[in-house]
Amino acid sequence: MADKDAITVEGLVKEFGKLRAVDGLSFSVPKGAIFALLGPNGSGKSTTIRMLCALLTPTAGRAEVLGFDIVRQGERIKERLGYMSQGFSLYLDLTARENMEFYAGIYGLTKEEKKTRMAEVLKLTLLEAKSEAIVGHLSGGWKQRVALACAILHRPDLLVLDEPTAGVDPVSRRVFWSLIKALAKEGITILVTTHYMDEAQNADLVALMFGGKLRDFGSPGDLEERWQKHTLEAVFIAMVEEHRSLLEEVSR
Amino acid sequence: MNLRRLLAITKKEFIHILRDRASLAIIFVMPVMLLFIFGYAVTTDIEHIHTGVVDLDHSPESRALVQAFVNTGSYSFLGEADTVAALTEAMDFGRIKVGLVIPHGYAASLWRDEQAPVQLLLDGSDPTVARTTLATSQIIALMQGNRQNFLRLERLGRSLVPGGVDMRPLVLYNPDMDSKRFNIPGLIGIVLQNVTVILTAFALVREKERGTMEQLIVTPVRAREIIVGKLIPYVVVASFDVALSLIVGVFWFRVPIVGSLSLLILLSFVFLLAALGMGMLISTIAKTQLQAMQMALLTLMPAILLSGFVFPREAMPTVVQWIGYLLPITYFIDILRGIMLKGVGMEALWQDTLLLLGLGILILSVSIVRFRKRLD
Repeated sequence: MADKDAITVEGLVKEFGKLRAVDGLSFSVPKGAIFALLGPNGSGKSTTIRMLCALLTPTAGRAEVLGFDIVRQGERIKERLGYMSQGFSLYLDLTARENMEFYAGIYGLTKEEKKTRMAEVLKLTLLEAKSEAIVGHLSGGWKQRVALACAILHRPDLLVLDEPTAGVDPVSRRVFWSLIKALAKEGITILVTTHYMDEAQNADLVALMFGGKLRDFGSPGDLEERWQKHTLEAVFIAMVEEHRSLLEEVSR
Repeated sequence: MNLRRLLAITKKEFIHILRDRASLAIIFVMPVMLLFIFGYAVTTDIEHIHTGVVDLDHSPESRALVQAFVNTGSYSFLGEADTVAALTEAMDFGRIKVGLVIPHGYAASLWRDEQAPVQLLLDGSDPTVARTTLATSQIIALMQGNRQNFLRLERLGRSLVPGGVDMRPLVLYNPDMDSKRFNIPGLIGIVLQNVTVILTAFALVREKERGTMEQLIVTPVRAREIIVGKLIPYVVVASFDVALSLIVGVFWFRVPIVGSLSLLILLSFVFLLAALGMGMLISTIAKTQLQAMQMALLTLMPAILLSGFVFPREAMPTVVQWIGYLLPITYFIDILRGIMLKGVGMEALWQDTLLLLGLGILILSVSIVRFRKRLD
């Protein structure tokens, strides 16, 4: 694996019983890139992300994340990983600060590190005013930023965001993406899944998944050129239609 | 084991407990409630047994027989019925459990030195009452017979010769044979078990259900740090419940602690380790809070029956006895009774203690091994 790659995937397969959720995935993502994984529901995005985070063991194939093997060195990956799951799994009965303090402890920050890092992150995510609020009482956009704050406290090398903007208003989404871009500038590699094609336009690299397979991979510009469309959204729709006619052919 | 991670989990878990009313109720209200309900309800003492009598003889002798029953202190007479049929009806309707029928000519038979038949009706649907009353009635019959013999000898101008067996009972540990003294120590164990198992059974499941577990296992935290970190707050909370139930037992139910209080507290911690481990094990197996609750009840119910808390384990079939050996509470009840009633120390309790400790370590290890940091 080249030192400049944050993620390399080779022939990755995951089966749940008879269902092949991820079917022979191969790609690589350089360090510091914003990488968006796109695809309809059930296309295998979340399964792929969970394998890369060492939460699921692949059935076949191999992958390295930050230079560590996802099967044998899962715990090493977890030390350098920030993770934001679908629906921001925060402790709703704790305040924003208490949630952050918890993850600071979990990632083993010292007392001084914790203090300075908490202040920095609260400022960066514009959470200072809400730090003492019980998270359960906050709206979606605030919760999203608390979850992000918890995920970046330990200065991860890779930030994984699984549908981070689901159920969040447009203004909060824009604020969120400007934060993500700022983090990428600092050299953090970002892996994000989303349903919103306008958001994917922010990415340096895009992978489109259908039925567990990688359908296309490249920068948004490359993809638009290849499919001769003006936006990613149009590319995606073209792909969905192609996929549907393919399915119809198979069933006939 | 990373201390910073451990403390982070412990602190977070404390906040959860303090902000959750249901948890607080289980900690503060449930022990007292259970102690009072079980303390008064679970009694094997035979007292105030409703008894009816049909006295067809109306003689001083027949009244003396009834009085002999009253004098035992276990029977309360609900008055006289006129006919045997009325007495049977009262038993059918559950108004009485014991009926005494003294036929006409009872006194006359006695004076003729004949056997004087008396009918005793017993409600066999309650074997405890029936058995006790049967034993009592035999003793009363024997005593009445002796009295008759004594009077007969007097009439013949002779006196009773001393001799025979003189049984002198010495009841150890609980001279009044008060069932509360027997029940309360065991009850303290049962209460502690219920509180700890129910609280910890939810400890991991709650995170699984709310989705925070996925967030937690994608961090470098270790299974043992999660399990032990989550146990610590419950140890603190449960030790408060140890104190609470001992205070209620000693000051309200007046069951003194004959042996060493510090040994009792020390061994309580050994038990807490095992009981909290049981809850934690349930939490690693169950997928939802409902499942956890069902599993907790499935362990707590047999524990009440098989631990020797109410029923003597000696009378159980061997297989059932063995199931009892798998429950930490069985050993803890032995320990509680040993220290509180008999006043014994480690010389008598080391076996129970070792088995309890071994069981606790085993249960906790299994739950740590069972805990998976992967989703598949």
